Amino acid sequence: MKQKKKWYDYLWIFSLTYLILGFFNILFAWLGLLCFFIPIIISVVKGSKAYCNKYCGRGQLFSLIGGKFGLSRKKDIPKWMKSKYFRYGFLIFFFAMFFLMLWNTYLVFAGTKELNQTVKLLWTFKLPWHWAYHGTLFSPGVAQFAFGFYSVMLTSTVLGFVTMILFKPRSWCVYCPMGTMTQLICKAKNVTSSQKEK
Amino acid sequence: MPKIKATVSIRECVACGCCMKVCPKNAITIPKGVFAKINPKLCVGCGKCAKECPASVITLEVTEK
Repeated sequence: MKQKKKWYDYLWIFSLTYLILGFFNILFAWLGLLCFFIPIIISVVKGSKAYCNKYCGRGQLFSLIGGKFGLSRKKDIPKWMKSKYFRYGFLIFFFAMFFLMLWNTYLVFAGTKELNQTVKLLWTFKLPWHWAYHGTLFSPGVAQFAFGFYSVMLTSTVLGFVTMILFKPRSWCVYCPMGTMTQLICKAKNVTSSQKEK
Repeated sequence: MPKIKATVSIRECVACGCCMKVCPKNAITIPKGVFAKINPKLCVGCGKCAKECPASVITLEVTEK
């Protein structure tokens, strides 16, 4: 009994397009906020992880490349990587870096720092990305946020890609900060009922 | 007669829903976004979910029911 494909099974096209658009005009990076707010809103309002379960385009992309195209060893992920320490630790680290990026954006908005036309991969390697910047109608801070947010998205895609190859296709889902955070929100919302299950 | 059923280690489950997508019997749900729940009445023990689970927290167990 094969399940019929739904419209949301094609959201991987959105994720792929997003990554490609970032090579042409960095301002498209702002669209990535959808992948940030939608899961939070769903978990807060509905108390579910419907975003991860159905709508996550990145997860679908990894499923497709690692699963259908076979670019994955399909081995078990190491135990430490699925431990709560690592998952919560990565969530904290990821958000610390995210807020640092927001701070840098603020400094550019405030005019105390110049626009940095680079994409930072893995929070360390500065990649020149000036070709994707064609000016902005507003403050350069708008572009700084785009460079910063695209860095976050590209870094997480690269990490997900590496773990897809090394382990199972959707290994990224195990330590995805958004997944961990929405699961925590769901846990907080359903704390009494989940205790009953145990 | 003993049957093979899939079981989830709920403490380790990340509730990503990968298992739900591959289950041929629609036996898996993530009711409250905390962990995957397998309906033993629907589960046929095919093991697709266990193979798919990125955290490898689904195992096949022999049950008496």
